[in-house]
Amino acid sequence: MLGGDDDGESRGELLVAGRRPEEARGEVGLVLQDPDSQVILARVGDDVAFGCENLGLPREEIWHRVGDALDAVGLRLPLAHPTSDLSGGQKQRLALAGVLAMRPKLLLLDEPTANLDPEGVIEVRDAVARVLQGTDAAFVVIEHRVEVWRHLVDRVVVLSPEGGILADGSPELVLEEQGQALANSGIWVPGHPPRHPSRARISGETPVLSAERLAIGRRAGQEVADGIDLTVDAGRLLALTGRNGSGKSTLGLTLGGLLAPLSGRVLAAPGLMDGAAAEPIRWKSRELLTRIGTVFQDPEHQFLTGRVRDELAVGPRALKLPAAVVDARVDGLLERLRLTHLAEANPFTLSGGEKRRLSVATVLATQPRLLVLDEPTFGQDSRTWAELVALLSELLDDGSSIVAITHDGEFVDALADGELRLTVEPVAR
Amino acid sequence: MTARAIQRVNPVTKLAAALVLSVALVLTVDWVSATVALVLESVLFFWAGLSFKTFFLRTSPVLIAAPFGALTLLLYGNPSGPSYAQFLLVNVTQGSVQLALAVFLRVLAIGLPAAVLFVTVDPTDLADGLAQVVRLPARFVLGGLAGLRLVGLFLQDWKSLALARRARGVADRGRIRRFGGQVFALLVLSIRRGSKLATAMEARGFGSATARSWARESRLGRRDAALILIGVAIAASAITVSVATGNWRFVAGG
Repeated sequence: MLGGDDDGESRGELLVAGRRPEEARGEVGLVLQDPDSQVILARVGDDVAFGCENLGLPREEIWHRVGDALDAVGLRLPLAHPTSDLSGGQKQRLALAGVLAMRPKLLLLDEPTANLDPEGVIEVRDAVARVLQGTDAAFVVIEHRVEVWRHLVDRVVVLSPEGGILADGSPELVLEEQGQALANSGIWVPGHPPRHPSRARISGETPVLSAERLAIGRRAGQEVADGIDLTVDAGRLLALTGRNGSGKSTLGLTLGGLLAPLSGRVLAAPGLMDGAAAEPIRWKSRELLTRIGTVFQDPEHQFLTGRVRDELAVGPRALKLPAAVVDARVDGLLERLRLTHLAEANPFTLSGGEKRRLSVATVLATQPRLLVLDEPTFGQDSRTWAELVALLSELLDDGSSIVAITHDGEFVDALADGELRLTVEPVAR
Repeated sequence: MTARAIQRVNPVTKLAAALVLSVALVLTVDWVSATVALVLESVLFFWAGLSFKTFFLRTSPVLIAAPFGALTLLLYGNPSGPSYAQFLLVNVTQGSVQLALAVFLRVLAIGLPAAVLFVTVDPTDLADGLAQVVRLPARFVLGGLAGLRLVGLFLQDWKSLALARRARGVADRGRIRRFGGQVFALLVLSIRRGSKLATAMEARGFGSATARSWARESRLGRRDAALILIGVAIAASAITVSVATGNWRFVAGG
């Protein structure tokens, strides 16, 4: 099932194996998007056993099924292995094993790979493929990005954002015959990539921010990466890539002047300093606003008000800009990021993709010289993706710089001038 | 008991043993009962299978709290008997010295075994015990156990919220107001995380009318009986010696 954006309501009657869903617990195995919120218990074996326990199965049967389920998803770890040590992809496979052990009649996956790095996506996809070979359960996956599941599904249903169904049929029929029309309405259709903007790269390399022999971590003694040297130039986008847990987000926060380096230095070039200290971590909170804008991985961490419009005005007001300027900037951004119809809504009630666009917009409102964006394209349909990318491209062409942490290969292709790939160092873990 | 035996004692038993000792020792405030208990317990600590480092690390809160509590009572405790030193509110008397010593020993005698017993408790095993042995409702016990895992995430959330406020340009002043806003934001986030976790649990059939089974058996055995007996024996010896030597001071009686 594909769709533009992810809000909907339900009406009518839903039957699972001929019964109401409440009476058919265990018949539907549901795997959700966020790996962290699905781990229930502290040890791998116990977590998989949890569902079977709730079904009231006898003990021997439970442990038999736990072994089978872990084999099926290819998670060959000791039963006592701590679940907190698992990677994102492993956690999703664990969740899959957990529902599989209940032997459901329907496997229902809700964007199971959205939070994963590309390696994790493949890992989960392959696990699902293996599972489907060994079961006669039905399989439904809800997904933005069709490419991943294309060869595992027999039927594709596309939901319309206005309600109702846009397309329904075999993958060939839906994706090939109606591919262009769907792509135009924002669906990610393989073979129909969104338009990449043409960049008018400004000439010459003017450094804006540099890092020397940087060691990073959230806390002293918890180093996640070291020996990082990098330079961010004016009008250029530097992509930070690497697996979940490699320290990309920590590096972003350190470059953004929010976390102190564990060793080494982050230095702003004179143009970015603009009268403030050389090291961003020593800037005042207000000094950051016009210099470095950071968009967090989780937009909800950044929201401060109960209204989208107020949210956008926070930064400009902190800069004590005149009311007319504040309003002009807010309206411009609402328009540009397709949020005008949500101006009065509470930021926490927006869909995942809208929240992401809003958090990017809040940072743009103070027009910082350097943007640090953590997964800026997360949850976007191909239309909002193209608009966001076009907007960032304009900012770059106007001389702003961007550091973007991303798993999105398409995004790197469209905008990145340089890429720094962080590797997970086994020593540091 | 061998070093490994303590790991195989049911966590519920450890809870009960610690409770027996505490109840016996809070009934009185004399130094004799606490000393007897502490001496007998320290023999047992060697069997707990903890390295010296782990022992001191895990019991450090108790080891720090005990002398500080005692010092306070020594200096400001209810004066009685001859005075040894006096300065402003400080009045060190025979009575306050005795009281300080008694409290120092008591905090150790109650705190150390509790800390040692709990270091060896795994939360999952404790939940199994509470549900299967004490027969607390599964919904309550497992909800608590699963929620415990979220505590680490809340700490990360709190840190991110603080950083995000700096990034939004509002972290320079209004510390108290900001703290309030941050607490509220954390509350919102934790409710969301909680409800997501609840959905994930329900998706696995938790909370249905079906009687739940337990993949891990939690039961009581001879080791558990032994630990309880030891706890009762230590408590009884402490009380007996204290009463026999005329040092027993029942708390309620003053």
